[in-house]
Amino acid sequence: MKELIYPFDSKFILRKRRAIKKQLLADGTARIKKKIAVLGGSTTDDIVSALELFLLNFGIEPEFYQSEYNKFYEDAVFGSPELDNFAPDIIYIHTTSRNLTMLPESPAETPEQIQERLNNQYEYFQTIWTSLIEKFSCPIIQNNFELPLFRHTGNYDGWGYSGTGAFINRLNVMFSDYARRNNGFYINDINYLSSAVGLTKWHDAEAWFLYKYAMRAEVMPDVAYSVACIIKSVYGRNQKVIDLDLDNTLWGGVIGDDGVEGIDLGVETAVGQSFVEFQTFIKKYKNYGVLLAVCSKNAEENALAGLNHPSSVLKPDDFVSIKANWNSKDLNIEESASEIGLLADSFVFVDDNPAECAIIEAQFPNVPTVNLTSVSDAMYKLSRGGFFEVTSISKDDLNRSEMYSANAKRNAQQKSFSNYQDYLLSLDMNASITDFLPVYLQRITQLTNKSNQFNVTTKRYSESEMKTVAESPYHIRLCGQLADKFGDNGVVSVVIGRCDDKTLHVDLWLMSCRVLKRDMELAMLDELVRQCRERGIEKIIGYYYKTPKNNMVAELFASFGFENISRSENGDSVWCLDITSYAEKNHVIKVNEKEFSHE
Amino acid sequence: MNKNEIIKRLTDVFRDIFDDDSIIITEKTTANDIDDWDSIEHINLIGAVEEEFGMRFKMREVSGMKNVGEMINIIAERGN
Repeated sequence: MKELIYPFDSKFILRKRRAIKKQLLADGTARIKKKIAVLGGSTTDDIVSALELFLLNFGIEPEFYQSEYNKFYEDAVFGSPELDNFAPDIIYIHTTSRNLTMLPESPAETPEQIQERLNNQYEYFQTIWTSLIEKFSCPIIQNNFELPLFRHTGNYDGWGYSGTGAFINRLNVMFSDYARRNNGFYINDINYLSSAVGLTKWHDAEAWFLYKYAMRAEVMPDVAYSVACIIKSVYGRNQKVIDLDLDNTLWGGVIGDDGVEGIDLGVETAVGQSFVEFQTFIKKYKNYGVLLAVCSKNAEENALAGLNHPSSVLKPDDFVSIKANWNSKDLNIEESASEIGLLADSFVFVDDNPAECAIIEAQFPNVPTVNLTSVSDAMYKLSRGGFFEVTSISKDDLNRSEMYSANAKRNAQQKSFSNYQDYLLSLDMNASITDFLPVYLQRITQLTNKSNQFNVTTKRYSESEMKTVAESPYHIRLCGQLADKFGDNGVVSVVIGRCDDKTLHVDLWLMSCRVLKRDMELAMLDELVRQCRERGIEKIIGYYYKTPKNNMVAELFASFGFENISRSENGDSVWCLDITSYAEKNHVIKVNEKEFSHE
Repeated sequence: MNKNEIIKRLTDVFRDIFDDDSIIITEKTTANDIDDWDSIEHINLIGAVEEEFGMRFKMREVSGMKNVGEMINIIAERGN
């Protein structure tokens, strides 16, 4: 819903939220359900009701627990039966500078005394986190602290020992250090948010006296959106591709009219410099694993000439798909998406022409568009939009773009073979299929939470749930990596089976779409059967749970030779394979022969 | 601004906040007359009214208003 994509109108959301919620719940979207505990140091109802709307819009249906007013410490440390019964999937600790109890009081205090205050204040919060992790082992989101609006000592407040601002800044650094050391712990950066909004707009002392609101009601949707972005990122619902227009988006001017020497790009002019800065900004997304694509109404040779301009920071190689033609842009997005093996919904579209943005919004209501009116405006919208919110960084994120480029080379090679099996053999594929090694756990969880298409159950796991599975003696776990002569695809397939006497239930079977039609799923099945036999298991039960996105695996188990046991009206089905007479199916991938570096 | 105009705009605010187009308010309306009007929605209502009329209630007024009539009087005095 456009009203809930950044930049949104907070006042509209606050006033119309009941109607918006009704509309979202009635739109027929399939959503994953998550239980979210909000432990607040101030009134949290408004945060929660805005958070609910944003999450519904991100495809997550939340159920909430809210602590009693200002009982975040008690709930966390001493526990509450209600919270225990609630068993949260994720916990959000909404505290602010209003909840700091050990702020410096007097300039007479020594630096050592202030340091002790700081340590005590930090430990107060660390006790909360330790206790929650022990009890619930689920992801935790913690606000850091905003600066106060009022200062007794002027600038000294920000740097002197007894300064409140200085104390808060130091505490924020300690919170960040903790987050870096602990997986599954995320900072909701209200220090940034309050600065971006402006402290005079953020703070509202009367709202605190009257309602125990820690910030102005109008900025609560901003806080909620920021939290919603972290949550949807944890559950793998980020966008994946930035699709960019060229003329007046990546450079000034129209290359078809002005020629490559006529476009405005380079530090020599103000406008040219702004586009260099924009391209540099976009390129940094690529470093974090976001894919880049071009969608431009241009002759292809002109588009390439522009990207090869000496001052162009982005080169043709930086893009996984370049569509420069005169087709309508919604068709081009669709084509780019299918080339890359993703859904168009995972794109963000950037164009200086509002009419093009409108076309995309009409055809793909879930694709956020950024109408570039100025370079700085576009960078701000991308920053605050949270489309690519980072909650963890895996090795795959760092190499993603190269892996997709290697795919393009494979496609080219395929054209030279008339027999598909010969083509597969020519790729010289090597797979490593292992248990869940600790170094891959994060990547396995990440892949599990974002795979939608080749995924029979679409079961999601938090990092701690995955850790539990990884240590369980009752599960068979397969983590598949695939490499070929064009490159290493990294971890591409995950299977989890639950042993029950002589039966194995397949809880999870998924594969990255970038290795479709390579027989990797057959190699995984061979290995699964081998391990089942070692454990004396005789049959495997497979489950297909239909979602709007996983139709491609509706008949996966049938293709494996499973027998159908049941089919429900909603499209779900159950399958069974007797493995006593199973013969190996993979003949093109060498498995566990070559060393894979597990760095 | 006359009272009729205030009531008209105020009705729109009430209908949005409680998502109920059948709400009709009078000077005598109180929180007891509207099912969902609890302390949390009271805060939202105050915020939306302030936004609609470009004014702010004083702290004493927020907790002291007995019915919609008193709200209207304050709006008539300071609202836009």
